[in-house]
Parts: sequence; structure tokens; C-alpha cells
Amino acid sequence: MSNILVELSNSMAAAAEKAAASTVLVNARRRMPASGFAFAADLILTADHVIEREDGITVLLPNGTEAAATLAGRDPGSDLAVLRLEKERLTPAQAATQARIGQLVLALGRPSPEGIEVSLGVVSAMGGPVRTPHGSIDKYIRTDTTLYPGFSGGPLVDAEGQVVGLNTSGFGRGVALTIPAEYAWKVADQLARNGSVKRGYLGVRSEAVELPEAVQKELKRAQATGLLFVSVERKSPAEAGKLIVGDILVGIDGQPIPDHDALFARLNGDVVGKSIPMEVLRGGKLQTFMVEIGARP
Amino acid sequence: MNTTALLDSALDELLERVRPVLALVQSGRRGAGAGVQAGDGLVVTNLHVVGSARSVQVVLADDTTYDARVVATDPQVDLALLQIQADGHAAAVFSTVPPRPGELVYAFGHPWGNRNVLTGGVLSAVTSLRGRDGEVPVLRADVQLAPGNSGGPLLNAAGEVIGLNAMIFGGDQSVAIPSSLIRSFLAGARGVVPVPARGEGKVPEGTL
Repeated sequence: MSNILVELSNSMAAAAEKAAASTVLVNARRRMPASGFAFAADLILTADHVIEREDGITVLLPNGTEAAATLAGRDPGSDLAVLRLEKERLTPAQAATQARIGQLVLALGRPSPEGIEVSLGVVSAMGGPVRTPHGSIDKYIRTDTTLYPGFSGGPLVDAEGQVVGLNTSGFGRGVALTIPAEYAWKVADQLARNGSVKRGYLGVRSEAVELPEAVQKELKRAQATGLLFVSVERKSPAEAGKLIVGDILVGIDGQPIPDHDALFARLNGDVVGKSIPMEVLRGGKLQTFMVEIGARP
Repeated sequence: MNTTALLDSALDELLERVRPVLALVQSGRRGAGAGVQAGDGLVVTNLHVVGSARSVQVVLADDTTYDARVVATDPQVDLALLQIQADGHAAAVFSTVPPRPGELVYAFGHPWGNRNVLTGGVLSAVTSLRGRDGEVPVLRADVQLAPGNSGGPLLNAAGEVIGLNAMIFGGDQSVAIPSSLIRSFLAGARGVVPVPARGEGKVPEGTL
């Protein structure tokens, strides 16, 4: 019998199979293996909280062989870590472009040498930023999939086997969340290159204020709010960049900054040490200052 | 029709096809479980559903109740075969296709005594459990099960039986005995139970 239900079933199984080819078991804590997946041929993305030792890490590859791996970098703030395979090479997983609420997803893990495990669900909600035990992430995805023991670090995949995000139960309170692929890949790239994620630091306290219509006209865009600097720290990047109390930050590098979340998201990007144009309103006039972003201590 | 409507009608079709093969198995104090008609008046269920009960009743989809005899058991894989004197031999199709993690599956049974309840999910893993005499191959699925699902079929999207739901694992995962084991159990049992050829109508008494 072949009907649409069988077709759907076959494509779900094919999606699981495709993603399974990149999904590994991660052995970096006592007795409780976790999961991870290859995002480059020699690089594995996993959850930071499952890495309890930095030496003697092994991974069990999809073909059943055990391989040694080294810790390339970790970021407790986003609960992401990157492992580097010493010799073996894997098929990298593909990142899905975007998640949609209601879409069918599979949570995958390789919690034991017996093979892949899968659970089914839908994307229930998306949001962010959200605070984590050691920092924050800009965006998260919540699903109604079941994360079985050992699923942390494993991929959430769509019906085509592309990675929608990385599943983790490491944010505490028994809540399982998924770190969106785009964000996870960005952090992973930094971890692979630098071993850690540098977060930008400006050195200001600010408060969201409304922008009068005349100002919005000057801005040539509809932006209801900006960030009023209520203090500028001494010897901070902001001070060095000639920003002063009373300035209203409205944009960074052409992107609107209407609130704190937008500013944090911008500073969480790969900006440390870079000189970036900041658009501020001073005395009702739009001015641009080049500010070299520092690293958050 | 849009995709969702097509899926709905395909699911209706599946339900109509499997409804006749699902049985309710009652065994005295052990309460009720489910069973699957295997043809020739034979019903396969879990051994733990019937235990050592003297009197076992089978209720078929048309609500007729039959007295059943336990004609074969295998404690290692938790399977029991029941014989009823029923006309008409509805029989489930036991899948011969290897199960694939991620494929859609449905559990059909009587959770908490509610008749003919279908719950859906995916096949989570093809794995094994430690049994009395060594490892037993099992299927795990993320379908919702409750007491009353035991002995009922785990179905694939084509409506074939890929396993017999045997237990709930860790509170949220079902464990099913794979159809390959059920087929060999049935083949072995049919070897010792005299069974009429299809269409003969009368079922002779089997002895063990």
C-alpha cells in the first residue's frame, strides 16, 4: 500500500537516516554519554554541560568506531562546545534556513552504542533572548519532542533531515530547549577559531526612550525607541569613542537599536576589537561615531 | 484536498483496515489487555496479559465474546497465543520490512479500558533489552501507552503490525516485541497446533 501517510513516514525515516550520518555519541563525563553532530568534517558541535572532563574525550561515530577528540572550544554561556576529531572525518550536517512554529521536527540522539534514537514533535514556540545559568542566548526554539537521556547536544532536524538546532536540557529547571542552528553555527565558528566566544563591551548604562516623530524623520525610518546613555564608564570603549551621557543610541552599523536586547544581540556578534559606526542623536542631530568594541571582562 | 486532509483520510483508511484485527483480552483478575488476530481463530497477545489465568476471554471488534484457550507461550519474548472458536478469520499483516527509526508508528489498543484508541509517534530505536535468557530485540517508540495497550499492535504507516506493545519504559517510551519475533513464534506455534487451511471453516480442537 502506498499513500501519503506512507510517503510521509518514509521521508521522516529518511530524514532521521540522513541526520544520523552526522550524529555521534559524546563520551566526556562519567557513565552518562551524550550526543553531538558534525558541522564540519572534523568538527563536532555538542552541549557544553555534557563536557565534564577536558581530556580523554572520545566519540562514537555513526559507523560504530570510537575516535579520540580534543576540546576545540567551549562557551558555558550558550551551552555550546566544539570537539575536534584527530583523524576521522564525518559528513557535516546541513543547517536548515529557518524554523516555523508548527513544523514537524525530529529530535535525534546517539545515547548508546546500539544506535540512533528519535522522537517526534512540532516546533511549539520560538523566542529569546533567554537567560541561561551561565549567560544568555539570543534566540531559542521550544518543541514538544521528548529528550531522552543522552539527547543533549544532539540535533533537532526538519522533515528533510536538515538541522534546525541543537537540543539541550542544560538550561536548568528541567526545561529542554533548542538552540537555533544559525546561532549555534555562529558560536561554533568562533569556538573552532578562538576556543571561546568573546562578547562585546561598550561601558554604558542606558535606558530605552521614545523617539519623537521629527527624529524618526531625520533617521529616515520608523523607529519608536532608542537607548539614552545615562552613564558612561571611565576608560571604557564608549568613552574612547567620544560617546557622552545624554547621547541616544539609535543604530549600529546601519541596523536599528531600539532596545537593550538589540544592543546585546549586536555585542554578542563577532565585534570585539572592531571599529564600528554608532549612530547617536546628540542635541537632536544624528551623528556617527566610530567606536572600537572592547571585550566583556 | 490539501496535504493535511489527504493525511487525515489516509489515517481513517488505516484505522478502518486495522480495526477488525484488534481484540480485547480479558483474564480474570489481571484485567484487560489487547491482542491481534492472526487468522484461523488465533489471537496473539503478551504473556503477561494472560499470565497463568484459567479463564481467558477474547472480545472481537464486533463485540462478540469468546472463551479462549492458551495454546502456546514464550516467556522469553512475553508472547502468548490464544485460540478461539470464531467464524471468519480476520488476520493482521505482520510486517516483513525492517523497521526504520523515524518512521511513523501507531499504537492501537485499549488504554485504561478505553476501546480502540490509536496513538501516534515515531519509531525511536531498534534496540534490545535484557530478558530472562539473554538479550531480546525490541522496538522503542515515543507513542503514548497506558495499561490496556499491552498485547496490542504497533503499526507502521501502511497498517502492518511491526510489533506488539509490551511495556512502558521510563515513563515515556513504549517497548514493543518486533514482528520478526512474532512471526517466528507464530510459525513455531502453528507447527504444534493443528490449524485448518484457510476456508475450511471448522476449527478442530488443538492439543498441547
